[in-house]
Amino acid sequence: MQMPTPDPAILARKDEIVSRLSQVVPKGAVIWDEVQTRAYECDGLSAYRCPPLAVVLPTSTQEVSDVLRLCHQMGVPVVPRGSGTSLAGGALPTGDCVILGVARLNAVLETDYDNRFIRVQSGRTNLSVTGAVEEQGFFYAPDPSSQLACAIAGNIAMNSGGAHCLKYGVTTNNLLGVKMVLMDGTITEIGGAYLDAGGLDLLGLICGSEGQLGVVTEATLRILRKPEDARPVLIGYDSSEVAGACVSDIIKAGVLPVAIEFMDRPCIRATEAFASAGYPDCEALLIVEVEGSPAEIDEQLEIILGIARCHNPVELRESTSPEESARIWLGRKSAFGAMGQMGDYMCLDGTIPVSQLPSVLRRIGELSDEFGLKVGNVFHAGDGNMHPLILYDANKPGDLDLCESLGAEILKLCVEVGGCLTGEHGVGIEKRDLMGHQYAPEDLDIQMAVKDVFDPGWLLNPAKVFPLDYSASRRCAAQ
Amino acid sequence: MMRPDTERALAEEIRAADGPLHIVGGGTRGFNVPGVKLFTGGLSGIELYEPGAMTLVVQAGTPLAEVEAVLSAEGQRLAFEPMDHRGMLGTDGAPTIGGVVAANVSGPRRIQVGACRDFLLGIRFVDGQGRVVKNGGRVMKNVTGYDLVKLMAGSFGTLGVMTELSLKVMPQARSMGTLIGEGLGDVRAVQALSAALGAPYDVSGAAHVQGGQTLIRLEGFEASVAYRAKALQALLAPFGVWTLNMEGADLWRDIRDVTALTGPGDIWRVSVKPSDGPGLVAAVPGGRAVYDWGGGLVWLCVPEGSDLRAVLGSLCGHATLIRADAATKARLGVFHPQPEPLARIEAGLRAQFDPRGLFNPGLMAGSRGCGSMEMAG
Repeated sequence: MQMPTPDPAILARKDEIVSRLSQVVPKGAVIWDEVQTRAYECDGLSAYRCPPLAVVLPTSTQEVSDVLRLCHQMGVPVVPRGSGTSLAGGALPTGDCVILGVARLNAVLETDYDNRFIRVQSGRTNLSVTGAVEEQGFFYAPDPSSQLACAIAGNIAMNSGGAHCLKYGVTTNNLLGVKMVLMDGTITEIGGAYLDAGGLDLLGLICGSEGQLGVVTEATLRILRKPEDARPVLIGYDSSEVAGACVSDIIKAGVLPVAIEFMDRPCIRATEAFASAGYPDCEALLIVEVEGSPAEIDEQLEIILGIARCHNPVELRESTSPEESARIWLGRKSAFGAMGQMGDYMCLDGTIPVSQLPSVLRRIGELSDEFGLKVGNVFHAGDGNMHPLILYDANKPGDLDLCESLGAEILKLCVEVGGCLTGEHGVGIEKRDLMGHQYAPEDLDIQMAVKDVFDPGWLLNPAKVFPLDYSASRRCAAQ
Repeated sequence: MMRPDTERALAEEIRAADGPLHIVGGGTRGFNVPGVKLFTGGLSGIELYEPGAMTLVVQAGTPLAEVEAVLSAEGQRLAFEPMDHRGMLGTDGAPTIGGVVAANVSGPRRIQVGACRDFLLGIRFVDGQGRVVKNGGRVMKNVTGYDLVKLMAGSFGTLGVMTELSLKVMPQARSMGTLIGEGLGDVRAVQALSAALGAPYDVSGAAHVQGGQTLIRLEGFEASVAYRAKALQALLAPFGVWTLNMEGADLWRDIRDVTALTGPGDIWRVSVKPSDGPGLVAAVPGGRAVYDWGGGLVWLCVPEGSDLRAVLGSLCGHATLIRADAATKARLGVFHPQPEPLARIEAGLRAQFDPRGLFNPGLMAGSRGCGSMEMAG
C-alpha cells in the first residue's frame, strides 16, 4: 500500500504548527509527542500504520474552523477522524498530517419527537444517538456493526449502513442536515429539520465523501418510532444456490423483511466453535427478521416460511421468545469475532446484484482454493452486500500480500457481475487502487473535480479514494 | 431542436453545441428556458428489469407510464409515488422517468420510504464537455466514490443530460386503508399527523387539506392494515372520530397531485419543519394550503405576486415557486436562493460539470443574475 511521501518542509515546521494550533484550542487538545500520537496511527484497518504529525481534538465548531483555517494557511494536510473504526483506512494518517478528531464533540443539541429528529454533535457514537431517544420509544435506524464505538461523523463520511438497512436505508437516507466546516475554515449549514434540502443535493454529495470535502461537526438525523416487536427465523440449506433463490423469492413475494442475513459453512463452523449459538452445520444459513405487532409478524413469517419450505430447508427455526431471538442473532453478531479467533482476517465489502449470489459464492470458493487462503462469507443477502472474510497469518511473510491479491480478485469479480467495490465501508486506502476497475478515467475525473470545488488545495484527506497516480497532478499542483 | 436516439449521438451533439440547450423530458413542467430544445424522448426503453432483485435499469427518456406499466405487471411500483404536474400547471405531454429524477419528484410516501433520490441507484449522463460519465451502479448499497447519483437527482438538468437510470423498485402493497378525520384546523391536524407518525404503525401517507379532510394512509397485508387502523383510531381519539376507507387510491392521487388547489393564484411548494407549517400558512393573507408529509410539505396557493419567501423568513426550510406568471417568476426566482458559501459551491460545481453553461441556463437559483431570467418570459 503506497502513501505519498511526507513533505519534509512540513515535518521541519512541526514546532511552529503545534504551537499555532495550541493557541486556538483548549489546553490538552493538541497531541504531538511520539508516544501519544501512536494511538492515532491507524484505524480499523490496522494492517497499515503511520503516526501523524499531530492530533487536534477541538471542542466546538468554532475551534474546528480555527484549526482548519490555520492548516489551510500553513498548507498542512488534515485527516478527519471520528472514532477510528473505519475498515477501509479512511482515517489512516500520513506522517505530515494533522489528525482532526471530533471525539470531544459529543453532545445532543436538540431532540424533537413531534417533528421526529435529533440534532447531535458529530463525535457522538451511533448507538448513543439511539440511546438518547429510546426512552421515548424512538431509534436512529442505521446500525453498523461497530455502532457501539463508531461516530456519526464517520457514518456520514462513509455513508454507513448496517444489518437493518434493507428496510430503513443507510445514513444518506436518514440524514436531514449538517453543519460543516470547509477546509478554509468557512462554517456552513446544509439542510435542517425538514425533508429535502433546497438547491443541489449537496447533503447527498457530502454523505459518503470520506472526509474529503469538509468536516461535519453537527448532524440533524431522522429518528423513527420503534416497531412494536421483531422476530427472526433461521433457515438452513444444503446449497448456497438454493439459499440465494429463497432470498430472491422472499423479495419477489412482496414481504419486506427488515433484515436478511447470510452465512456460509466456514463462517457457521467458526461461530459455532466461538459462540455456540446452536446453528446447524449446513452449507448456507439465512436469518430473516420481520417487524410489527405479534399478529403482523405471524402473518409475514407464514409467507416467508412457506417460501422457505418450498426450497427444502435442512433446518427451519422460528423464534418463540426474546431469548431465542437473541440466540439466533448471537452467531451472526459474533461472526467477525469468531473469524478473528481463527487468525488475522481482512473483511471485504463488495456488493452484487442479488441474482448473482450463487455464482459469485461458487467463484469465491474457487479463488479461495487457488490462493490457498480460507474465506468465510457473512453478509446482508437482501441487498447483495457481501462481507467475505479472508483469513491470513500476519506473521507469515508474504501472507498479507497474498490476502490483498485475493481480496482484489474477489472485488473485481463483484464489479464484473454488475456490482461494486464497496457497499458500506468506503474506499479509503483499501479499495483506492481498484477504483479504475469500476470507473473509467472520466468517471473519476469528475469526482475529483468535485473535490476541487470544496477543497482546491487538496488538503483534506488527500491520499484516499482516488488512485494516487490519478490524483497526483491535482495534489502536486495544489502544493 | 435536437432529439438524439443514442447516448453517443447525444454526446456528439453536446460537443458540437455552441449555445444554451433547454433539456426537455415530457415537458410537463412548462419551464421556459432559453436555448435550443434538446428532447430526451429518443433515449427510451427498459434495459433491464429483475423483480427478484428489485432493480430496474431504464433509459432516461422513457415515459413514466411505460415504466409504471412494466412494474405493475410484476406487482411492483416506484414507491416514491411521483406526482403528475399536468393538472396543476395546465400542461400536456407525457412525463418521463428522467424528468421525474431530474426534479427529484416524490409524493406522499416520501415520509415512509424516502424521496426519488433515495431510490436512484446509478446513473449515466453526458456532461457539458460531451463526456459520458457513470456513477453508482445497479446494486442496493454502494459507497464506491462520491455519490453523484444524489447530486444529479434534483439538479433539473443543469449539470448534465441523464441517459440511463438504475432504480430500486418495491413490491406493491397488498392492501391500503385510509383513516379520515374531519373538521380539524391546521394546527390540530398537523398535531394529529405527528402523533400518527410518532406511533409504531408504519404510516405511508399523512396529509391535510385546509378546511377539508385529514388523511392517514396505511399499507400492507389486510389484517395488518386493520390492526393498525384500529390502534390509530384509539390513539387519535382526542382529535375526533376517524373513519376507515379501504378504497382510497383516488384520495391519495388527489393529495399527490394537489388537486384541491383549484382556481387562480400562484402556487408555492414549501419544505418546512412540520410544526412550523400551520404558522407559515396563517401568516400569508389569502393563502389556501394542502399539507403533505405530515405537515412538512406545504402546498400554498397565494394571491398572484405574493413573496412567500419573505413570509418564510427565518423559519428553516425552502420554498419553490411552482406556478406563477413569467414576471413573478423572474422577480422572485423559481428556486430558493442558496446562502453563501453554498451558492459559491453550486456555481463551482456547475463550472466543473458544465463549463460552457449549456444546460438549462438560469433555471436553478445558482445561475440567476446571468441575464437569463430576462429571457424567461
